[in-house]
Amino acid sequence: MRCDFSDSLLQEYFDDELTANAAEEFERHLRHCACCATELVDLDLLRDRLHLAQLYEPATASLRWRINGRFHPIRPKTPASKPLLWHWIAAATALLIIAVVLAKLGPLLQVDDYQAELAAEIVDSHMHSLQPGSTMGVASNDERMVTSWFEAKLKFAVPVRDFANEGFALKGGRLDVIEGRSVAVLAYERDGHPINVFVWRTREPETSARTGSRQGFQWVDWRKGKMEFCVVSDTKVADLEQLHELIDSST
Amino acid sequence: MSELSVEDRERFEKLVLPHIDAAFNLARWLLRGRSDAEDVAQDALLRACRFFGGFNGGDARAWLLQIVRNTCYTWLEKNRPMELSTEFDEELHRQTSTTPETLAIIADDHKRLTLALETLPPRFREVLVLRELEGCSYKEIATITSIPIGTVMSSLSRARRQLYSALTNSSQGACP
Repeated sequence: MRCDFSDSLLQEYFDDELTANAAEEFERHLRHCACCATELVDLDLLRDRLHLAQLYEPATASLRWRINGRFHPIRPKTPASKPLLWHWIAAATALLIIAVVLAKLGPLLQVDDYQAELAAEIVDSHMHSLQPGSTMGVASNDERMVTSWFEAKLKFAVPVRDFANEGFALKGGRLDVIEGRSVAVLAYERDGHPINVFVWRTREPETSARTGSRQGFQWVDWRKGKMEFCVVSDTKVADLEQLHELIDSST
Repeated sequence: MSELSVEDRERFEKLVLPHIDAAFNLARWLLRGRSDAEDVAQDALLRACRFFGGFNGGDARAWLLQIVRNTCYTWLEKNRPMELSTEFDEELHRQTSTTPETLAIIADDHKRLTLALETLPPRFREVLVLRELEGCSYKEIATITSIPIGTVMSSLSRARRQLYSALTNSSQGACP
């Protein structure tokens, strides 16, 4: 049997939708109704559970990327005045300069854009791995076990090393998809901070380490020996640079 | 987007774009998937921008979520009409494999709750997501879903009861 109030007043009371007077009146009812009191506890347990499970899913990096691309930059505010001859000359000169600069910087700018998009996806994936419910493909600190787990799934050899002695404990590995290709993700931990190392095969030339940060996470990215590495975590950049050096000297 | 004046566009970026998380979250739970949610949320945001002139300056989040919801339902009608049919509402959540027994086997609470929430009929799922995840008031939910406040309340109550029993095997509020 349910109390007559359980569908209406009880819900409103629980959701803070009642006026102060009505809430007081309901509390008087609550003192005598075990049914409503029990149900209130159940509602509260359910809400706590929903909140603890962190079900809210913020916009993905790729959606942000797609939307921001549509909105920036904002067009100039001032309406165009009547064009004069010298305006045209100035505009033509400016265009020429821009063209020359773009021709020189174009590839660099593309790299920056690419890097930003890549970092967004990697940070997104890293954040997902922190959520409760995300699972490790292989949870082990055994280098050989993690290596062979990847061997069966990827077409390239993933350099797996445990740097526990240096303070970076290997936790395991999993697979992910970044920019449409399969990547290996090595999970480490440093003083309780989870660190993910994304590894994939690349044809791009080797680079030294580049660092950046996004949404409170730091990343270090480099390419070596046909492989690209990206280390991401909320720990100090210095830690990530140290891990970069450790991986770099072991590959 | 060329229809918008520069001022409107700036206003849109300031008032509506910050609610991109809310837009995605609602779409993700209504469509039960991230990839479809990205497409539909993008579509909804661009639609919102196109019709921003019609926004009267009230609650921008509720206005955007209303558009997201309508875009989601239109998408569902076109791509997965079964999910919106009465049979789905009344029967599917009982027929699927997500019985309390299977839910109990899934050890992880995030996964278990996700599955239980996704198994609720869309009309129940949306009020629960708007209330518990988005923190909307009854009035806001009524605006977003275009259903009367009384129905919001009863849907919420039924949604909670269904979710509770899916998770625990027992029915909620069984009086001593």
